[in-house]
Amino acid sequence: MIEGIGFAALVISFLLALYGAGAAAYGATRGRAEWVESARRAMLLSWPMISVAALAIILLLVGARYDIAYVAKVTSNSMPAYLKITALWGGQEGSLVFWSWLMAAFASAVGLRKWDRDRDLLPWVIVVTMITLAFFLSLIIFFENPFSRIWITAEGGQAFAFFRPEGAQAASPVDGQGLNPLLRHPGMIIHPPMLYLGFVAFVIPYAFAMAALITGRSDDRWIRVTRRWTLVAWLFLALGLILGGRWAYDVLGWGGYWGWDPVEIAAFMPWLAGTAFLHSVMVQEKKGMLKHWNMLLIILTYSLVLFGTFLTRSGVLSSVHAFAQSAIGPMFFAFIGISFVVSLWLLLKRWGELRGVNQINSIVSRESLFLVNNFLFIVILAVLFLGVIFPLVSELFTGQTVTVGPEWYERIVGPLFAGLLLLMGVAPLSAYGSSSWRTLGKLIWLPVAISLVIPALLLITGMRSAAAILGYWLASLVAIVTLYEFWRGASARHRRHGEILPVALVRMAGRNRRRYGGYVIHLGVVLMAFGIIGIEVFQTETQGTLARGEQLTLGRYVMVYEGLTRFNAEDGREISRAELSIYKDGRSVGKLFPRQDFYLVQNQPMTIPGVRSTLEEDLYVLLVGWEPIGQGGATFKIYHNPLVNFVWLGGVVFILGTLVAAWPDREPETVRRRSAHAQALPAGD
Amino acid sequence: MRRYSSLLASLLVAIVAMGSTLTETALAQGDQPTDDEVNAVAKGLYCPVCENVPLDVCPTQACKQWRETIRDKLAQNWSQEQIEQYFVSQYGDRVLATPPASGLNWLVYLLPPVIFIAGAVILGGAIRSWRKVSRTVAQPADEPSADPYLERVEEELRRRD
Repeated sequence: MIEGIGFAALVISFLLALYGAGAAAYGATRGRAEWVESARRAMLLSWPMISVAALAIILLLVGARYDIAYVAKVTSNSMPAYLKITALWGGQEGSLVFWSWLMAAFASAVGLRKWDRDRDLLPWVIVVTMITLAFFLSLIIFFENPFSRIWITAEGGQAFAFFRPEGAQAASPVDGQGLNPLLRHPGMIIHPPMLYLGFVAFVIPYAFAMAALITGRSDDRWIRVTRRWTLVAWLFLALGLILGGRWAYDVLGWGGYWGWDPVEIAAFMPWLAGTAFLHSVMVQEKKGMLKHWNMLLIILTYSLVLFGTFLTRSGVLSSVHAFAQSAIGPMFFAFIGISFVVSLWLLLKRWGELRGVNQINSIVSRESLFLVNNFLFIVILAVLFLGVIFPLVSELFTGQTVTVGPEWYERIVGPLFAGLLLLMGVAPLSAYGSSSWRTLGKLIWLPVAISLVIPALLLITGMRSAAAILGYWLASLVAIVTLYEFWRGASARHRRHGEILPVALVRMAGRNRRRYGGYVIHLGVVLMAFGIIGIEVFQTETQGTLARGEQLTLGRYVMVYEGLTRFNAEDGREISRAELSIYKDGRSVGKLFPRQDFYLVQNQPMTIPGVRSTLEEDLYVLLVGWEPIGQGGATFKIYHNPLVNFVWLGGVVFILGTLVAAWPDREPETVRRRSAHAQALPAGD
Repeated sequence: MRRYSSLLASLLVAIVAMGSTLTETALAQGDQPTDDEVNAVAKGLYCPVCENVPLDVCPTQACKQWRETIRDKLAQNWSQEQIEQYFVSQYGDRVLATPPASGLNWLVYLLPPVIFIAGAVILGGAIRSWRKVSRTVAQPADEPSADPYLERVEEELRRRD
């Protein structure tokens, strides 16, 4: 019954999406506003319909309906209720429904906005969003149906289908396999929704861009309308990436947070394209330049969103995320190809009309530096794309699979990221238009001079890693320039309005949230850079097998093995937990309990580290094995991760900065009213 | 304010301390090749059966055995290169952390600089041609003031207030 309602809701949603796209296109081309309005209502209805389907899946998951194949695959009796709910996005079929649900929610939100000024764009925005939605729904209905039941065929085999196959009997398992153990972590519960939100939200600016191309609007209205959507998409994507990193650090047991896994990169690529886009749209808004380029960037971002979902969902690449393998790859591939080609065709069709006023007065002007910024982002993107697809290309042409690992990526993109840091240090001091070397030099010499103190200090204290010294110098330069910018803006207000500096700072930031939010984001990147350089260059590790009472030393830390206990947990885990006493510089600093959880049903081990975490470093201990030697020995791997917590701290600052930048402005009427009210007040109020 | 100072202090202390930790090494364990020596080789290899997992951190039983194979080879005085070649001959190029520089794999080493240079040429060309446009168009007298930043802030305040 529940599965019937859920499946019917999906089919109706699919039909609504198809109808919405068709009716909107018909209404736009024939000038029939009532058809467009009907399409808009279909779009609005799609979200509640997919909500019914999602709710049906949740009811089946929580209700332990193991006769449904998806429920049997991702839940088990031993799982707590909250994990059963989040199992909605724990497997292929459910996560596609979740993706579609978010897509429909964003489409509905767009449908509910005031369309008075942009009525001509509306039908084409509906067409693009509804075609995207229909595509995802078609994958669910025809290939990955979460409501398929388990059947025992006449030959005694198993079949998964929504309708009963000829001669088959319904199966009624009493328990399921349970969620992939890797996904039973708070970071992994929140990480996919954040990533999907980021992916889905990027569809909206793309839809507006396509609408602008189809209608021939060459102004930058589509950019202004979607500015906040883009920032929201970017925010969620960043949040998804950061949470994914934290999950990897806590669960995957390799001592780090970023392994240059193809699926990690697949989520990173739309973020890179989106970052380039966010910078270059500012140039279009300010100077009317880069109209073609911004169109290209948003097309690229949308295609990369689809590509990222394709990689995660199709299992086309081998990676730790390959649990989501399925047979939907060719459909996805075709959709990405068609949407990319059609988008480029539309852009070429309007190429002449989009000619802007591309003028550059100085190569150190803000717009020039933004161009260099875009160049670096796109080169990084292209390199990452090459690294992700090369194993496939190699397999296709030579039959030989190869691995493109972290060393290759880091060697190539490391210098490019250093270039981006340098730009972050210089660009805020340059002006749009006629910034000259002389004026830039006057502004930058002092921050550069102050920042040079850091590499000097590092050299004096014995650091000899050129990469680290350069990285810390660049990060320091960015931090100093950014703080200098805050100070200069606030002091200018202080002089003009007589406001005290903190008030001037807050009001200044409030009046140009995008700029100052952006600067807070830069500060977040600086903190992350400190952490990334710390762990990449200075991480140390050791491994040893210890009998009880023996010790292992790493740097200033000594770790004494006290013993190991093994017990079974109620959720089907066999837990082996070691107890370790930790000493730093000879002084006891507490105990750590690294463990291995063995999931019996899935036959899968999980290595959960014991971590002593302080702001300046993590001592990260893994229980590698416990083959009994002598009096019960165990093997441990210890990592010393300097500054790793600055990665997470930087992530928080980064997200706060994005929130500042994306925070909605007051309605113009409110601003006017307040400003009129302020004028009426006596001076000094 | 005190919290920010302590944050900054922690950061500086940690960065300075890092220089010295580099020179320290882990303890050796008897005559057999140590786990660290095994891991140093395993780090450059990928698990032949798992997906995208370096051999030094792979938790499976099969990988434990492969690490023991590395230990045996090291005990027989095999070099890292010889061990890598042994694994390649057994399981193919996919066990190497980076593709060997041969045949089609050259693409993965040649394309990044080509992409960079091509991008730089396009960027340089665009900036050059847009500067030409800018020179031919009559320029308003917008020679920057002594402090363009302040001018920008002032202009913004005038516009918004």
